[in-house]
Amino acid sequence: MTYAQPDATGHFGRFGGRFMPEALVAPLDELAAAWTEAKADPAFSAELDRMLREYANIPSPLYEAHRFSKIAGARILLKREDLNHTGAHKIRNVIGQALLAKRIGKPRAIAETGAGQHGVAAATACAYLDLECTVYMGEVDTQRQALNVARMKMLGAEVISVTSGSRTLKDAINEALRDWVASVDTTSYLFGTAAGPHPFPSMVRDLTRGIGDEARAQCLELTGALPDAAVACVGGGSNAIGLFTAFIDDADVKLLGVEAGGDGVETGRHAATITGGEVGVLHGARSFLLQDEDGQTIESHSISAGLDYPGVGPEHSYLADIGRASYVPATDAAAMSAFDLLCKSEGIIPAIESAHALAGALELAKELGPDSTILVNLSGRGDKDVHTAAEYFGLLDGPVVLDEGVEE
Amino acid sequence: MSAVDELFVRTRDENRAALVGYLPAGFPTKAQSIAGIEAMVDGGVDLVEVGLPYSDPVMDGPVIQAAAEQALAAGFRVSDVFDVVAASAATGAPTVIMTYWNPVERYGVERFAADLAAAGGSGLITPDLTPDEAGPWIDASEKYGLDRTFLVAPSSTDERLAMTAEASSGFIYATAVMGVTGAREQTSSLAPELVSRLRQVTDKPVGVGLGVSNGAQAREVAEFADAVIVGSALVRCLLDAPDESAGLDAIRTLARDLRAGVERK
Repeated sequence: MTYAQPDATGHFGRFGGRFMPEALVAPLDELAAAWTEAKADPAFSAELDRMLREYANIPSPLYEAHRFSKIAGARILLKREDLNHTGAHKIRNVIGQALLAKRIGKPRAIAETGAGQHGVAAATACAYLDLECTVYMGEVDTQRQALNVARMKMLGAEVISVTSGSRTLKDAINEALRDWVASVDTTSYLFGTAAGPHPFPSMVRDLTRGIGDEARAQCLELTGALPDAAVACVGGGSNAIGLFTAFIDDADVKLLGVEAGGDGVETGRHAATITGGEVGVLHGARSFLLQDEDGQTIESHSISAGLDYPGVGPEHSYLADIGRASYVPATDAAAMSAFDLLCKSEGIIPAIESAHALAGALELAKELGPDSTILVNLSGRGDKDVHTAAEYFGLLDGPVVLDEGVEE
Repeated sequence: MSAVDELFVRTRDENRAALVGYLPAGFPTKAQSIAGIEAMVDGGVDLVEVGLPYSDPVMDGPVIQAAAEQALAAGFRVSDVFDVVAASAATGAPTVIMTYWNPVERYGVERFAADLAAAGGSGLITPDLTPDEAGPWIDASEKYGLDRTFLVAPSSTDERLAMTAEASSGFIYATAVMGVTGAREQTSSLAPELVSRLRQVTDKPVGVGLGVSNGAQAREVAEFADAVIVGSALVRCLLDAPDESAGLDAIRTLARDLRAGVERK
C-alpha cells in the first residue's frame, strides 16, 4: 500500500494534529490552504526550483566516501547537504517558506533558532526575498553561538534574546509563538523543523523531501540499485524526514534515525526523544517528548546544539510506531569519534549533528556487512562547530578568535 | 445545572457581569496561593480560575510566566492543584482550572476529571486545546459533570465560533485581543465585535479576558460581556508585594475595584 500521511487535519496516526491557541487556528488553516495551492501551482514550483538551483546550490551531490567506507566496512554514500548555501539542508525549507510568505503577502517573518543555523538560513532567505526578519534565540544559545548571532545581524535580521524558561530552543519557540499570536496578520512564522502544529510537519517535509528524491535517483545512477539503508540524524527531524520520504514505499530500504544520546540515554542527560521519551503534547503536536511525571518538559542535553530539543516531529513518532523506521541514539562520544573519522579520512568537517548520522552508519555497517550500501545524509557542514570540536578534542591552547571569512 | 450555570443565572438576574479571577496554584507556595484565592473571593471575585503551572506556557505573557516558573521551582506538583481547587471551592465560588493540555494528558484525562470533580471543581479552561482535538476531554467532562470552557479569538471564523460555542459549557472565553495574557493600558476594540459575532451563534455566557487590569476597564467590558476575566493584574499583586499580607491586601483591593466595575455602577 502506498504511504499517504498525514490525514486532512494533520494527524500521522495518533501523532501530530494541532494543539494551539484558537487565535492561531484560522491562520494555520489559511497557511495550510495556501501551501496546498502553492504546491499545486507549477509557477510556484518552478520559481522555487530555480531559486534552489541558482541560489542555494541544489541539487547537492551524492558522494561515495571511499576511505570512510573502507574503515566502516560498508559502501557509504554521503548526500552532501553540507555544500548548500548557508551550509545545511535548512535552506531548502526556509526558502520555500519565505517564498510562500511572499505569495500570501506577509511582509514580516519570524523564526526560532537553537544553535543559530535555522536563524541564519531564515535571515538569509529574508534578505534574498526582501522580508523583514526577527529571530528568537534563547539567551543561553546567544552566548554559546555568538558568531551566528553576528551573522544573522549582518544579514539584516533582528535577534531577540529569550530570557524565559530554560532560555534555550524550546523557549525560543514559545516566544516566537507569543509574537505570532499577536502579529499573524502581517507575519509568517518560518518554522525550523518538521514539528509543530499542522501544517508545519508536512509542509516542512514537502520542502525538504528533495534530499531523498535526489539521493534516490543519484544512488540508482551510481550503483544501479537502491541503498540497503538510509541514515539521518534526528533532532526535530527535518533532514531525516527529507531523506526518508523518498524511500518509505521501498520496503527493502532500512530507514534509520539517529538521535542525540548525549552522555547516554541511561544517564538522563540526552536528547533522544523517541528512544527515551514518552508520548505527549508540546509545541502544537502530539509526539514523543522528554517530560517528567507531571508532563512538564525536561531539558535535553547534547553536544550538538541542533539536536538539543526535547521534542521530535510527529511523523517520526509515527514511523517509529508502525516500525517503518527505527531510531537509535548515538552518544556525544560516538558522534565525536565519527566526526574525527570523517575529517581525517575524507577531508570533510561535518556538522556535529550529521556526525550522529555517521556514528549510526558505522554501527549499522557492522550489522549489514561489506556488501551493503548505506546512504547517509550529511545534513550540514561543521564550520560552525569548529570551536566546540576543538574544545572537545583539546586542540585549543588559549582562547581562539575566529576571523570573519573563516566560516564560509 | 452546574455551579457555573447557576452563577450566570444569578449575575444576569442582578443585571451585572460576573467577575472571574485567575491565580496560579502553588505560587508562591501552595498555602499562599490558597490565601490569595480567598482574598480575591473576599474582595468580590465570583468565579475562580486556578492556573496550573506549566513549563511552556505559550499563551501567557511575562507576569504569569514568572509566576509559573516560581511555582515550579518551588516544587509544585500537578496533584497539588486539587488541594487548591478544594480550598477555593470551599469559599463558595465556583472554581475551574486553567491548564495547558499536556499535564492533563500526562495525568490521564479521565483521572484528572475524576480528581477535579472530587475536589469540588467545576471544569477546565483549555488555552491550547480546541474542540478539534478534545474528544477524550469532552467524554470525560460529560461523565463527571464538568464544564468545558474553550477559547475564541478575534481571528476565529464564524464557523469556528459556532463550533466552539456548541462544544463549550459553563461559559465561553473570548480573548479580547490577538496576543498573550497581560495587563494592557486600553481595552480592546476587537472584543465588542467578537462578542457580538458570538451572540449570533449562541446564548451561552461569554467571558472576556486578556488585558483587563482595573475597575474602569472592567466596567467597559461588563457593558457587553457576561463575565470579565482578570489574571495578570491579580498575579502582579503577589509578584510585586513586599510581604504576604501586603500582597493579599493588594488582591482584595483590586478585586473590590474590579467588582464595582462589573456591577456597572
